Amino acid sequence: MRQYGSFFRIRFLAGLQYRAAAWAGVSTQFAWGGLTLLLYAAFHRSGSANFPMTFSQLSSYIWLQQALLALFMSWYFDNEILESVSTGGVAYELCRPCDLYAMWFVKNLAVRLSRTSLRCAPILLVASFLPAPFRLSAPAGWEAALLFPISLALGLLVIVSFSMLIYISSFYTISTLGIRLLSSSVVEFFSGAVIPLPFFPEQLQAVINVLPFASIQSTPFLIYTGHLAGRQALQSVAVQLLWLAGLLVLGRALMGRALKKVVVQGG
Amino acid sequence: MKLYWKYAAILLKSQMQYKASFFMTAAGQFLVSFSALLGVSFLFDRFHTVDGFTFSEVLICFSIVLAAFSLSECFARGFDAFPRLIQSGKLDQILTRPRGVVFQVLTSNMDFTRLGRLAQSILVLCYAVPHSGIDWTAEKILCACLMLIGGAAVFSSLFVLYAGFSFFTIEGLEFMNIFTDGMREFGAYPLSVYGGGVLKFFTFVIPVALFQYYPLLYLTGKSQERGFLFLPLLAFVFFLPCYAFFRFGLHHYQSTGS
Repeated sequence: MRQYGSFFRIRFLAGLQYRAAAWAGVSTQFAWGGLTLLLYAAFHRSGSANFPMTFSQLSSYIWLQQALLALFMSWYFDNEILESVSTGGVAYELCRPCDLYAMWFVKNLAVRLSRTSLRCAPILLVASFLPAPFRLSAPAGWEAALLFPISLALGLLVIVSFSMLIYISSFYTISTLGIRLLSSSVVEFFSGAVIPLPFFPEQLQAVINVLPFASIQSTPFLIYTGHLAGRQALQSVAVQLLWLAGLLVLGRALMGRALKKVVVQGG
Repeated sequence: MKLYWKYAAILLKSQMQYKASFFMTAAGQFLVSFSALLGVSFLFDRFHTVDGFTFSEVLICFSIVLAAFSLSECFARGFDAFPRLIQSGKLDQILTRPRGVVFQVLTSNMDFTRLGRLAQSILVLCYAVPHSGIDWTAEKILCACLMLIGGAAVFSSLFVLYAGFSFFTIEGLEFMNIFTDGMREFGAYPLSVYGGGVLKFFTFVIPVALFQYYPLLYLTGKSQERGFLFLPLLAFVFFLPCYAFFRFGLHHYQSTGS
């Protein structure tokens, strides 16, 4: 277990080095969140009855999304891992007395956490002091406050275990660029990063909510804002757990199969 | 100019060497912006109008902005990837050759897979043009063309500005995304929906509204002001300060050596 702890630490500390980039990122995300809210405000003016949540709930959702962008980014893939497969460097990793799946998993977890820890605080802080409907409000209740961190952690594990599938696919294809582009746009859209899932047409809601993508960022944010509460909230967390278990099992099985077949050429 | 097309042909040929990968990536680009389109249509499915604009009017705006963006991403890609030219030391090579810097940066890189996005915007435009209820006189067609050209000019100027900043910082460049990627996303809607302050900023500081909002007003008949027709041409002026900044950066450029 200790070895994974140090993989985590190395990646985490490396991520903390990019401070100037983090400041630029913070200001970008702040502008991005602000413009998004102004856009929804315009939609709110043209039909507030059709709004699936209150405006201040939406504001909290958008600010959480911007602050935690790095936690759930769908387009992030570790180039070192991808290159290690295409160049054959993975052979060295396989010689080590540790599990490849767990090592890649931990590395990804660390990068996401370190980037987020640099970026989230200023956004959360400023966003909670904005004028009334546009600000980040407190969690909807003690239930939400309790369930949110659990659901957030599960969401992070789901996105990492999903991206593991893409890493594993690199054993089978020469270039993963196409599959990465495709998967990141699918994940982004169906996880509610383009528009929040409650804004999707009603007919689609039932399907979308049980897809693994809803378990990524949508569930924790909607729990925080109180859009999902009571039994519904618990159900969504259960769905998250199910998907996490499913993706882990699937990823491990595929990895096992890929490693059985893998042939590293040259010396 | 002849030399430019020669370079373009060479780059196109080299990218076509891996045909499957080329078309896969182009298809990927096509699908990536498809999600933005779906987002817009879902919101209109729910709200029908925004700030007095209908779905098909917004689609015209969306597709022209997307087309302008993908054109400049394809042809001004050299400036978009400029930080890499600095990091790899290729800029030094460029500076020693007896041709203009801008010309060489432009011809150093063109990414034709970005035309996947252009294909999508053309499809969207084909849907929106008959549905918008606009009476397409010659003037209105001219207006749409000018919007496209003006847009490509503004986005290309932004890439030049971005390249200018990369002389001073490599890490802090992310904020430029608000104006490039951000305008691709938020420019899908007429800029007035974001309120007066934002509209003013994008009129007088970064002239996105000059090719997007005001001509759209004329195009959709919301305003009879003929002058709006020619505002996209004014957006070309934006190239001057961007280019001046780039020259300023170049003037201060010290090679990283090795």
